[in-house]
Amino acid sequence: MRPQIQPIPSGTRDVLPDEMRELRDITEAIRAVFEVDGYGEVSTPALEYEAVLARGGGAPPAYRVFDEHGEVLALRTDMTVPIARLVATRYQSADPPLRFCYFAHAYRGVRPHRGQMREFLQAGIELVGAPAPQGTAEALGVICHALDAVGLRDYRIGLGDASLYPTLLRSLAIAQDACEALMDALVRCDFVSLQAELGRLALDDADAELLLRVPQVRGGPEVLSDADGPVADAVAGLRGVYELLAPEVAARVIFDLGLIRKMGYYTGAVFDVYDPALGAPLGGGGRYDDLLGRFGRPLPAVGFALTIDRLHIALTGEERSHDEVTALSAGGHGEQGAAEL
Amino acid sequence: MSPTNGLTIAVPRGALLSGTLDRLDAIGLDTSEVRTNDRKLLFADIGVVTMRPSDVPTYVEAGAADVGITGKDVLTEQPEREVYELLDLGYGACRMILATVDGPDPAVEALRRLGVMRVATKYHKTAAAYFERTGRQAEIVEVKGSVELAPLTGLVEAIVDLTATGTTLAENNLVIREELFSSTARLIANPVAHKLKATAIDAMLEKLRAA
Repeated sequence: MRPQIQPIPSGTRDVLPDEMRELRDITEAIRAVFEVDGYGEVSTPALEYEAVLARGGGAPPAYRVFDEHGEVLALRTDMTVPIARLVATRYQSADPPLRFCYFAHAYRGVRPHRGQMREFLQAGIELVGAPAPQGTAEALGVICHALDAVGLRDYRIGLGDASLYPTLLRSLAIAQDACEALMDALVRCDFVSLQAELGRLALDDADAELLLRVPQVRGGPEVLSDADGPVADAVAGLRGVYELLAPEVAARVIFDLGLIRKMGYYTGAVFDVYDPALGAPLGGGGRYDDLLGRFGRPLPAVGFALTIDRLHIALTGEERSHDEVTALSAGGHGEQGAAEL
Repeated sequence: MSPTNGLTIAVPRGALLSGTLDRLDAIGLDTSEVRTNDRKLLFADIGVVTMRPSDVPTYVEAGAADVGITGKDVLTEQPEREVYELLDLGYGACRMILATVDGPDPAVEALRRLGVMRVATKYHKTAAAYFERTGRQAEIVEVKGSVELAPLTGLVEAIVDLTATGTTLAENNLVIREELFSSTARLIANPVAHKLKATAIDAMLEKLRAA
């Protein structure tokens, strides 16, 4: 009989045993870290009412179905909104802080490519009821513990603040519609448009220069100490977080004053995790101090999610580049190997 | 260490090539081998890879190149690419235009009597977004070769295409009816390289601004 090829939906894939073993190694290492750090694992339905997801304001759902009563259900686009719902309904009177972790698939209508499927597995935590800066510093610590346990060596964490640029715009008294155009350029990472939009406003040269330069500033803690004037106020939150970080966590941090995450619910510190072996972030997160309030239990919160496929790709990439360096050193090209590090 | 501090640069072949190489020369890169060898694609010594302009965002988004140079027309056609747009390099100026045959505008006539205008283009996303934004119904016909032929044969009423001088349009009896936007060469960067190689990228940006 001729084999029959039955397709699967675009952006999904099958995982066979060799790969599955490696993925399991990653998730089990992270699960052990989350457990030790005090995060209890939860599971929620992949399908939620569309109205509940819309209340959370995350990425718009890509897959919807009707149930037998005509209600619209949608596949979740992340775990942050479902856990916000869970906290507000199942933990109405529990004393904060609450610590949850998850290993769950989320679904988005993206253009599928390596490391970005439409169905993708995330590992993450939500720390509810722990305000900035302590909660933020704890979450950053857990990211490092998890990535160390996975075996990644070269990862870095970009740390920014979703409220930084809006604060700056407010302190310079920029008009509301102009702010939207500037934020839109920044979200698209389009500094050419940002400069053009700034040129359209009748600003002082110094103010326009500041608004163009600040979101391109990234580097070590000197970024915070060099900030003056209105920028010094805008980075106060980041300074507070930095002071609480353990040295090995602080060493991983790159301050990024232009960091913006696309999800609408972030209110304060935001972070992205990078590895030189992959051209896209491994994951990220941030503070969403208003989200729980939308579900009736106003509590400050912070969380992050790591995409398991991307950790796996980065891990194999790191193994390859470290092997190359070792081979070069062994072959008497030690200098070149050191330069690549 | 090279003047680009170990960055891999995606360089567009075609109309943007000579302007790009002039700029790279000006910041201290020796591009003479790229100029003399149009078969070779990878120039590891100076960290240059050459490719079609429309492939530049693909390489930069994936991190196969840290930074790249391509036209705004390419970036507009590929809006979903996750890349940073860092600098308007100024050269390679051209315009994205809507053109029809000379005389009474056949696209207006088609819209009025048939409700839809047919438009040939290589930039189907750019064209579709433009007609949506301006509230007109258009059937986009994607062609790969010379777009100017399509309205002359009755395949379409109008074209959306890139033009620098307008000479080819004029030679084919086509006139520009609308300008969608003007385009120049842009420096783009991979989002992760933008953070992990910040010093090298900022240094290159500074030199390019001054050049």
